[in-house]
Amino acid sequence: MIKNADGVFFLTGKDFTNAGSASSNLKGILENLGISPEIIRRASIAAFEAEMNAIIYAVAGMMHYSVTPEAVKVILQDMGPGIPDIDLAMKEGYSTAPDYIREMGFGSGMGLPNIKRNADKLTITSTVGEGTTLEFLIYLEGLSPQTS
Amino acid sequence: MKLCDLIEDLSLEVKTSGTDLTREVTSGYVSDMLSDVIANAQAGSVWVTFQSHLNIVAVASLKGISGIILANNRVPADDTLKRASMENIPIMTSSLTAFELVGRLYTLGLRCR
Repeated sequence: MIKNADGVFFLTGKDFTNAGSASSNLKGILENLGISPEIIRRASIAAFEAEMNAIIYAVAGMMHYSVTPEAVKVILQDMGPGIPDIDLAMKEGYSTAPDYIREMGFGSGMGLPNIKRNADKLTITSTVGEGTTLEFLIYLEGLSPQTS
Repeated sequence: MKLCDLIEDLSLEVKTSGTDLTREVTSGYVSDMLSDVIANAQAGSVWVTFQSHLNIVAVASLKGISGIILANNRVPADDTLKRASMENIPIMTSSLTAFELVGRLYTLGLRCR
């Protein structure tokens, strides 16, 4: 039986030096909880993409995670520009990243689709000029309805 | 195939220190787009790229990549090497282009999955 756990990581916009450390820490926490490698793989990919989005686009963000015997849930709340058209942002290949971000190999327009592909449930709410909240849920093995 | 054998076969220059070069390489991937690597590279891959900044280490670590080869004399940044050594991700460089490198890796029997 997987134990309950929860916590929060703080993210600083444009801090590419520490980018990825929240999802890397989360990966370690999930490993310590004894969650299966396949669930950890999916959760860390989704968390990394969400973390990078906050670092690329927002001033700051918070990644909150909670683990229950049923699921891993991650909520990423950012103080960023917001997403005017979420359906468009979900389209593979669509990106508003500036050139210097693309030169680093980000901004291929695959981040949100990657999150969707790896999560069982994804919800995005956004207010232009205020920020975006992205929440995803991954059911632990045996409980996944696999609705993708 | 072991990473150290591959290093010898392709005359790669190892830039990191103290990383494990005896690990197995079971597949390969080439891309400069990080999300593409995250989505499509397999664990145990050797990753050929032109990106040399710090964040390639996070991507490699996340995916369980066996080693990174920087193509065409690309020089890794100091902080990249430091982080890579810390996270045990070997980084190698080559004077070969990405095209040449991938061709040789393919000839050695590596595939994408």
